[in-house]
Amino acid sequence: MSEESERITANVLTGFLGAGKTSLLKRLLALPSLSGTAVIINEFGEVGLDHLLVEAIDDDIVLLKSGCICCNIRTDLKAALLSLFERSRRGEIPRFSRVAIETTGIADPAPIIATLSADPMLRHHFRVGNIVTVVDVPNGLANLAAYPESQRQVAVADRLIVSKSDIAPMEAAASLRTRLEALNPAAEILELSETMQPEDALFLRDIHDAEARGAEVARWLRAETRAQDHDHRHDHSHEHALDTNRHGDIRAFVLQADTPLSWARFGLWLSMLLNRHGGEILRLKGLLDIEGNDSPVVIQGVQHLIHKPMHLPRWPAGVTGTHIVVIARGLDPALVERSFRAFNGLAPQATGLAKSA
Amino acid sequence: MCGLCGAFGGSDHWTGGAATAATGLTPAAERQVRARVANQVLKPLGLTLEPWAGRYTLRARNGKTAILDHFGAIWPEAERLTGRVFDPLDPTTLDIIESRDR
Repeated sequence: MSEESERITANVLTGFLGAGKTSLLKRLLALPSLSGTAVIINEFGEVGLDHLLVEAIDDDIVLLKSGCICCNIRTDLKAALLSLFERSRRGEIPRFSRVAIETTGIADPAPIIATLSADPMLRHHFRVGNIVTVVDVPNGLANLAAYPESQRQVAVADRLIVSKSDIAPMEAAASLRTRLEALNPAAEILELSETMQPEDALFLRDIHDAEARGAEVARWLRAETRAQDHDHRHDHSHEHALDTNRHGDIRAFVLQADTPLSWARFGLWLSMLLNRHGGEILRLKGLLDIEGNDSPVVIQGVQHLIHKPMHLPRWPAGVTGTHIVVIARGLDPALVERSFRAFNGLAPQATGLAKSA
Repeated sequence: MCGLCGAFGGSDHWTGGAATAATGLTPAAERQVRARVANQVLKPLGLTLEPWAGRYTLRARNGKTAILDHFGAIWPEAERLTGRVFDPLDPTTLDIIESRDR
């Protein structure tokens, strides 16, 4: 494996048709701090990058004024990424330190992330950075209700961009935000209209950045409160029970343990869960208290894939014990919690919210 | 790569990753400890894990054995060896684990 710092960060930018992905991408590419970014898109024509264009290297690769490289996927993502990488190595195109992959609107981004993390060649050169999902206020709720792909796009995200709130009633933006928080309480939600300039932090500040890691994990832990609030409302409000049905059966819940876990038993349990139910686990993010480790271990994954665990230098203030945020489709949170506790040798009583559901 | 058995040293599966405790044990002793801990869960399900030449062997009750590089391979191999499904959300499996562990 290449040194961690040598690997190219791959950002996945997703969102439903018309959500404003391309507009966001264009504004991000204009930032000087993101000038060394290669962009992979599906169709040049759709993007309307013409005014940014400097030079067409060939039918599939163009250079943009900002210094970014833009690449068209002709066959498949793996081939496009490796071709970009090799051509950059040979000096045919500029070197790049980051690649942004814009998915098609109706795509489930999970297979793209799986390709990046599991392919032996790709994972040698690339690491998965922030997954950014754009959801527009005018159509977001309807898309979430009608299309499972839209829900999956939200569930896997690290950052959720709420777009076009300037052309919709204020209540609509608030309702969408509530729905997004319920589907993915661990993601950061940012409102960004077409005229607003996004911050480069959207791509730059991620879990690989040792300085940002603490803040990122703190956000996951806040998710716990949000998930519990949401669940609490489900318990007592018929209206919210209907909400659950509308966003399918994707549920976010938190597993907690106060006593340190054995790494071997945790690994055995999680690999067993993923072997049978990986397809139903859209996202998993956790801070773990592991026997024999003074500092916490950070773990995260998408579907069957768990990224290499990382250390935090110290426990976040006021936080102890293991906290794992799980976003899953069709899994009973109470059963997952029972399994987590049984396989890790923890006392059976519920401390997390899963049992409160 | 080990010249005797042809085994590649170390795997980059996440279960072998950065989170293993800083125990000060040799890799072989560490594998011994991990196998013993894993067997607390595996034995009640009819499986036995043992360290072997920088890897592990997994043995099922029917005597069939597989060689594994890392913990991530345990469950697919266990299902292949036994023809059974190992589901951590299966209530019967949970009953077994809960009754044996406490």
